[in-house]
Amino acid sequence: MTAESPPVNSLPDVTSGPRSYAWWGMVWLILTESALFAMLIFSYFYLRFREPTWPPDGIDLPALMLPLIMGVILWSSSIPVHLAARGIKAGSQTRLRWGLLIGFILGTAFLILQLFIEYPQTWQEFTPQTNAYGSLFYTITGFHGFHVFIGLSISLWVQVRAWGGAFSAQRHVGVQSFALYWHFVDVAWLFILLTLYISPYL
Amino acid sequence: MTTLSEKLSESWHRRWGIAGWISTTDHKRIGLRYLYTGFVFLILAGIEALIIRTQLAGANLNVVTAEAYNQLFSMHGLTMMFLAATPVLSGFGNYFMPLMVGARDMAFPRLNAFGYWVFLGAGLFLNSAFLIGQAPNAGWFNYVPLSDATFSPGLNIEFYTLGIIFIGISNTTGAINFLVTAFKLRAPGMSLNRIPIFVWGEVAFALTIIFALPPLTVANLFLFLERRFGFHFFDVAAGGDPVLWQHLFWIFGHPEVYLVVLPAFGLVSAIVPTFTRQRMIGYTYIVLAEVGVALISFGVWVHHMFAVGLPDIALGFVSAASFMVVIPSAVQVFAWIGTSIAGRPKLGTPLLFVYGFIVLFVVGGLTGAMLGAVPFDQATTDTYFVVAHFHYVLAGGAVFPMFGGLYYWGPKMTGRIMSETWGKISFWLMFGGFNLAFFPMHIAGLLGQPRRTYTYDTGLGWDTPNLWSTIGSFILALGILITVINWFWSRRHGPVAGNDPWGGETLEWATTSPPPVYNFLTVPEIRSREPMWDQPELHDGYQSPEMGGRPLTGGHLTLATSSLDAAPQAKVHMPHDSIWPFLVVLAIVVFLYGIVFTAPMVVGVGVGGIFGSVIGWFFPRGETQEL
Repeated sequence: MTAESPPVNSLPDVTSGPRSYAWWGMVWLILTESALFAMLIFSYFYLRFREPTWPPDGIDLPALMLPLIMGVILWSSSIPVHLAARGIKAGSQTRLRWGLLIGFILGTAFLILQLFIEYPQTWQEFTPQTNAYGSLFYTITGFHGFHVFIGLSISLWVQVRAWGGAFSAQRHVGVQSFALYWHFVDVAWLFILLTLYISPYL
Repeated sequence: MTTLSEKLSESWHRRWGIAGWISTTDHKRIGLRYLYTGFVFLILAGIEALIIRTQLAGANLNVVTAEAYNQLFSMHGLTMMFLAATPVLSGFGNYFMPLMVGARDMAFPRLNAFGYWVFLGAGLFLNSAFLIGQAPNAGWFNYVPLSDATFSPGLNIEFYTLGIIFIGISNTTGAINFLVTAFKLRAPGMSLNRIPIFVWGEVAFALTIIFALPPLTVANLFLFLERRFGFHFFDVAAGGDPVLWQHLFWIFGHPEVYLVVLPAFGLVSAIVPTFTRQRMIGYTYIVLAEVGVALISFGVWVHHMFAVGLPDIALGFVSAASFMVVIPSAVQVFAWIGTSIAGRPKLGTPLLFVYGFIVLFVVGGLTGAMLGAVPFDQATTDTYFVVAHFHYVLAGGAVFPMFGGLYYWGPKMTGRIMSETWGKISFWLMFGGFNLAFFPMHIAGLLGQPRRTYTYDTGLGWDTPNLWSTIGSFILALGILITVINWFWSRRHGPVAGNDPWGGETLEWATTSPPPVYNFLTVPEIRSREPMWDQPELHDGYQSPEMGGRPLTGGHLTLATSSLDAAPQAKVHMPHDSIWPFLVVLAIVVFLYGIVFTAPMVVGVGVGGIFGSVIGWFFPRGETQEL
């Protein structure tokens, strides 16, 4: 080991990806957050299988169109964010800035649809206080919406820095970590869609 | 070497005064803080226990009211678990993990400071409930429906749900920090199979936290929403189920009780080789056993629910899984015994605590195997037999190693050796008092005494064992008091320790006692699992460049290495001291009090404070930070 170890001064000052300890910090955060979502989904099925009919109390099966559209919007937002991270790795500030911005707009659209289109519709039929179904629905979707909000806040922070020219082909682990988190939030929606909207049809 | 230390001191200068104290990110100052605060809470929980024991000393006593009693035993359990055992073991990890792996700080120093402040804030928040006489009072596992709004209308459970979610943040950030430090900041040459077992113990601890804390957070979020906003998760009439709480709690709760003993096992594996002058036997098996215990702990939560009325098939599986825990636990016990037999044990105070721990842990393990059998468990559920069992496993399994760790690493942290005479007196009082306090509880339990009972009638055969328990608990407390006095006396008057008073084998002994801010003059290169025994060139935190030492001057730097082989990858620019973590926590505490007392203005101030201080924390300053 001693012989081939490079001398300290030749070591890089910045790293990215799995070589960076910051990247690993984000990976562990995502793992613990995944456990949070898993426990929410566990609770959903635990209470669901106690009921003879689901949704209970004459509540209609969830409408699928809107959550699917929201899903397409959110998942497609991963593409520009991915391209942004790829772009800065190749040294392109333009791809970084525009990719982040488009991702941010799509994420915001998702939140707006959830808060101002979906919730007002469902709220007329059931609220969190109606029964366990309502409580689970709003808690789990709301919890996910909160994560989108956090993701957007991080995006804002990364964008401010991106426009200030803080990132480069070498120094961009901040972008990568944000991209990881954003992809995680998107994948979480897939599981929520399958659990809350599709599984009641089965 | 002088110029080297001057250069490093310049980059790693330590700020004093109140601002420096609040904003420090030095893992050693934070680690010590965790230890001091954790021990203060330990003493607090001890006082609560003594009041409980006084109340139970005889039949029909009336030392405290039934309501006060409920709060005392609930807070005793909560404090011991969340505010004493976990933080003290985190504190040892904080102080010693970077030293043992040859790093200059934890991976995320400001997050580390944040974790401590959250722990302190949550501890004060929970205990402040005593001031209005409304501390949590539904036991540490806080079952619904007892803890729902109908049966617990006060603010007690609000303090519980919010306090527990809050302290979970501290545990999670701490765990991420431990994992990244252990896997990215090790000294060159410290490949996976050379990581000290204590570090492995902290890794198993952190892994468990990453996956075990979320169910607790979810359970408390549900309960909070149900109590405050009329949601339904546990209310049968509206499609909820109280057993959901039990599942969520114990999916967390069982890993939690193991995560308290995992780093304690690691601590024992640090003390044993030093005091027996023998390399640890079965290193690979111990490491696998540590991680194995962590894994199995996720499959046994239902054994806390044997009396709930679950399907037999589930009970059978969980019972089998519970017996499996015996295997990795026994592997470690045999490794400690084997190492002692192969070596030449020198019975210093740290080793005494280790042997005391082994005896108590094995007794607790035996009753654990008894409780793993479903019929026996159903007969003894919620009796003092269970209380006796988990005190042997937890207090024996975690508290004794913690005290051993204090005597073992105290000299490194203070620069002075603690009194051996008083240490031994303290040990024997603690060991004797412990057995006198907790062994009779087995008998009281088999005679039917239920746990958490506030008082009892005479003539049930419970009087004598309870009296013995009370006497024992005061002897145990005296033993602890002696160590506390010993600590403060020795740190002023004890013999000077020097770098390596015990002839230890791991890297923390290579540097001075206490270590400088930057830990090591040169980041060492490791060629052995026991570097201090095999690399005589390591002394005073210095390894000459010819032998592989790296001075790494010219900034606030440490070395990042690859996860498996610890091959050097990059220089890491560590962030400087920051006051923002403290301010974020302050704002969170304001926010929580606002919620508890339903004060929208205060909530608003808290939320604004959180946003403001988070922005302050992350505001780009053009420092040489990687992010």
